[in-house]
Amino acid sequence: MNDVLDVTLRLLIVFVVFLTFPLIIGQTEHKVMAHMQGRLGPMYAGGFHGWAQLIADGVKFAQKEDVVPAGADRRIFQLAPAVALLPYLLVLLAIPIGPDEGAVGQVIDAGVFFVLAVMGVGVLGSLMAGWASANKFSLLGGLRTAAQLLAYELPMLLTAASVAMAAGTVSIPGILDAFEWWWLPWQIVGAIVFFVAGLAELQRPPFDMPVADSEIIFGAYTEYTGLRFALFLLAEYAGIVVLCGLTTVLFLGGWHGPWGADGLGWVWTLLKTAVLAFLVIWLRVTYPRLREDQLQKLSWTLLVPLSLAQIALTGIVKVVIQ
Amino acid sequence: MTLATTAAHLTAHAPTAAAETHGFLSPTGVEIAFLLVGLVTFGAAIVTVTTRQLVHAALWLVVTLGGLAVEYLLLTAEFIAWVQVLIYVGSVVVLLLFGLMLTRAPIGRSPDADSGNRWAALTVAVAAAAALVWVVVDAFRTTWIDLDGPAAGSTEATGASLFQNWVLPFEALSVLLLAALVGAIVLSRKAKAGAATAAESTPAARSEKSPRSEKGPRSEKEGTS
Repeated sequence: MNDVLDVTLRLLIVFVVFLTFPLIIGQTEHKVMAHMQGRLGPMYAGGFHGWAQLIADGVKFAQKEDVVPAGADRRIFQLAPAVALLPYLLVLLAIPIGPDEGAVGQVIDAGVFFVLAVMGVGVLGSLMAGWASANKFSLLGGLRTAAQLLAYELPMLLTAASVAMAAGTVSIPGILDAFEWWWLPWQIVGAIVFFVAGLAELQRPPFDMPVADSEIIFGAYTEYTGLRFALFLLAEYAGIVVLCGLTTVLFLGGWHGPWGADGLGWVWTLLKTAVLAFLVIWLRVTYPRLREDQLQKLSWTLLVPLSLAQIALTGIVKVVIQ
Repeated sequence: MTLATTAAHLTAHAPTAAAETHGFLSPTGVEIAFLLVGLVTFGAAIVTVTTRQLVHAALWLVVTLGGLAVEYLLLTAEFIAWVQVLIYVGSVVVLLLFGLMLTRAPIGRSPDADSGNRWAALTVAVAAAAALVWVVVDAFRTTWIDLDGPAAGSTEATGASLFQNWVLPFEALSVLLLAALVGAIVLSRKAKAGAATAAESTPAARSEKSPRSEKGPRSEKEGTS
């Protein structure tokens, strides 16, 4: 009975994190973007600096009519948001925030493979949405999504493999246990490649060609309304949480910090994740959208060679220090 | 028989608990789950090849391959399961959908999604399935995985077995993949060279700036990217 309670509690906590963290990042994005552009952003909802804006948005989305286009493939159209969202919930289960046994949803033996595999499945949601909408802009968005995933999955995997080589394990808590501070300069190229490729996989600006609003309206999500559209948005922000959390635990040492590692490790994890999330928002405001051919070129001619070089470096250092 | 014995070697290090303690008449929960997931996987596979809707076939393939991953999980082969999801669901099916959307992916039935070779295909499929089932059943008849002991399919066990006992097939496979990679590059470069010579052979069209001459360099560029 105790086991059941334990598992339920863990799942509940992960679920709460899954529902709140994306909203916090979304609200931060509203405010940070506004201030970077010399605006104030939401100010009225909830009273204090518009803190309840996203809750109000959620209520609005829930009230909207759920429209399915007449020509659409009904079942796949309705299934797509769930396929896009659920993988991120599963990935959150495997990200540890502290050194203790209790600070991770579920210890998974091949954790790195698990998170990357499940994250890749999320893209199927966009593909299904793009195809089932029976709309040429949606189909174009779906196509671009697929092309982008195929290009950026490889550097992400290669850099994750580099960390796994350095640690000698593919379990995420195992990687963190093996972490030393000098891994930071050692794996820095891999970290940057991983983060950039992750941004591309989430289709965040400057890699938002699949949802380029000025050309193809909103890509695969053009035909969606109401709650299902909100679910796609939630998937995007949950994706930011997952990507920043993963970069933190794989490359930035997770709960390890210069001081206060005992008992306060989770603060370090959250702090690093938050800084990375801020970076994601900052990049959105700073860089213009990459064109489709520039997107592909960046991955195949820059990120893939860099990640291969990182693997070579990891291998050499690993052999030398043994 | 040699195939079966080779396959039996695969699990030579796996704990082979006495078969007498296990019976088919008193299945455990895991065995029932294995059977049910197997049925779902089998059903999804049947739908994949019989549906007339192309994209639905690709999506049913996701269910099939995902079901296989769950079966691996139930057999304690965690690493293989995640690699299955990563490669097949995350990449191969995405590539397949990409190809479908790029060429032809109508919503609804495709009347031409049927092949005249359906009986030949069925024969080959049944023969291949029968051979595989026979080999696997013959090799693993008395092998049971001890679920309570250390995981037989953990990453460590898989890696050790792969790089200690099965290095040669592993390396042979990587050479095969490398050959495929080089072949793909050679094929795409040939297409590019062909496009370039085609563009050069029509200098008149190029000077006139007809739509055709604009298409030449463009397709050449697409070939490189």
